[in-house]
Amino acid sequence: MRFVALPATTTARAALVTVAAVVVALLICSVIFLVYGVSPLAVYSSMLSGTLGARTGLAEVGRRTIPLLLIGSGLALAFRAQFFNIGAEGQLLLGAVFAAGTALFVPLPGPLVAPAMFVMGALGGGMWAGIAAWLRRLNVNEILSTLMLNYVALAVVTYLIAGPWKGKDVRGYIYTDNIPAGGYLSVVPGTQVHWPTLLLGIAVALGLQWLLTRSTFGYALRVVGENPGAARYAGLNAAGVATAVALITGGAAGLAGAGEVAGIHHRLLEAGQISLGYGFTAVIVAWLARGNPALCLVTAPLMGIILAGGDLLKIDLNMPFRVVDVFSGVILLTLIASEVFVRHRVVWGRA
Amino acid sequence: MDNIVVEALVRALAVGTPLLLASLGAIMNERSGVVNLGMEGVMAVGALAAFAVAASAPDANLWLAVLMSMLAGAALCALHALATITLRANQFVSGLALALLGTGAAGLLGKRFEGAPLFNKVPDWTLGGANISPFTVVALLLAVVLAFFLSATRPGLTLRSVGENPAAADVLGVNVGLVRWLAVMGGGALGGLAGAFLSLSYRSAWSDNMAGGLGWIAVALVIFVAWEPLRAVAGALFFGFLYYLQFRLQGHSPIPTEVFSAMPFVLVLVVLALAGRRGQAGSAPAGLGRAYVRGER
Repeated sequence: MRFVALPATTTARAALVTVAAVVVALLICSVIFLVYGVSPLAVYSSMLSGTLGARTGLAEVGRRTIPLLLIGSGLALAFRAQFFNIGAEGQLLLGAVFAAGTALFVPLPGPLVAPAMFVMGALGGGMWAGIAAWLRRLNVNEILSTLMLNYVALAVVTYLIAGPWKGKDVRGYIYTDNIPAGGYLSVVPGTQVHWPTLLLGIAVALGLQWLLTRSTFGYALRVVGENPGAARYAGLNAAGVATAVALITGGAAGLAGAGEVAGIHHRLLEAGQISLGYGFTAVIVAWLARGNPALCLVTAPLMGIILAGGDLLKIDLNMPFRVVDVFSGVILLTLIASEVFVRHRVVWGRA
Repeated sequence: MDNIVVEALVRALAVGTPLLLASLGAIMNERSGVVNLGMEGVMAVGALAAFAVAASAPDANLWLAVLMSMLAGAALCALHALATITLRANQFVSGLALALLGTGAAGLLGKRFEGAPLFNKVPDWTLGGANISPFTVVALLLAVVLAFFLSATRPGLTLRSVGENPAAADVLGVNVGLVRWLAVMGGGALGGLAGAFLSLSYRSAWSDNMAGGLGWIAVALVIFVAWEPLRAVAGALFFGFLYYLQFRLQGHSPIPTEVFSAMPFVLVLVVLALAGRRGQAGSAPAGLGRAYVRGER
């Protein structure tokens, strides 16, 4: 078997290969479900009917789409620059910490609380990713550093909610007091879809798409990502691009964290409750979108179905939430393994 | 005082064992030119496979359990090999997918074993008054064997050659893809063995997220020890000792527990930064992280 490079890659071919990869991934997951002892049909029908077939289900998908969209579009940009940020989970948590801290401890007039939370959230997330960008200048691989920072962020949150920030009226529980009502975001009635953050997510996705395809910075970013040699020859500052990208993608994850606090929980609570694995799932959102932030408008809801579906499987079929990691891992694996088929055709037999 | 020193060493060796085994596996992978970040998932799958066999019957064969853990680790890594060697996918991202898939599948398929009893765990050996797991002894021996294999045998040289200069190895008639496949699966078997230690010896139980980040630390350790199996022994002991400190100091000091639970990960960052500043990346295999395509440079 040989791969022969195609003269040009077409969007149609990329789309076809992506769909095929997802289908193969769902088949592989089916095998795992059979080994687990449930019918794959039961799994997929439970996921689909419970999410797309019901108003409450759609709302649950919507709620999960919001952080996935924000983080995913940031990651799409980062991956184009070959900055593999795997630490969005930690950046989201730091965003939540900064946002909750601002709302709880900074006296602000009511209408300013929510905007201040978003600004500080972006700052917190950006700072956390900034550490990884700085470490990269010391030749530390950003996948490892961002991952390690996830564990550190988790410890930070646990420390704060069990220690100095522990609420006065919460007795045995570990979380903070509620933030002032001025920080609460409006939601679509009867749901947890905090639409101001959703609008922000859409704006971020479109804005980053513009930045990537229409701006000088975006051009530099693409050159650094696709051809580091040419970038060096052209005198582009690759380390500077990586730092800027880290700050943008971390900032977007921080916005997502602020949104979860202001829109849903209204307090800082355990890391596992603030983020339902959004940081990792967003990696697949970005990869499915093949590095186009705007396409995350499509892929984020798709992964939102899987996250909301994971919850349904817990209730309907008594499956552990880990099933989401199975989906994520398999889809990511088939996606990257399929990439060669976008740019090459397969010739059977020897050269 | 002596007792404390012995206890510290024994505990450091115990936590160091899965770190060492997984690091050796990753070293084997990476010396052949393939980065494998997925050890966290490989360990989880190995731990589950070993436990599933060992808990199946009161007189279950523990050798079979260990063998299954290695096969499971190798099988998971075969996916990595297929994606990165045959289909030339990004090795870093594939490793991440492997970690997700491994921990996810182990958590899903292992649910029925949560709280299940293990009828016979692997008995510890008493060496000089201290209880040492046989896995620890095996891990230390494997470090020596791998060091010898890589530096002094012909197959070891072949493995290193495809990691350093795959094009030159290809010209000399080495089947680069095959050697890399074997190295990746061999490394996966070692990662699976690390998991077997956790579920058969260290905890002798199954729980979700059993590796708890050890796999990631093992991967980082490889860079810190500059891809040298013997140095990995020292590195694993160092981090094992750190875990021992965390265990000892928890609750006995005014410092919050979270500081200790974050400490290994912060230290990994510090250690990587130091290794990076020293220019340790220079000792990485020259062909590391890139798929080999004949005729491409």
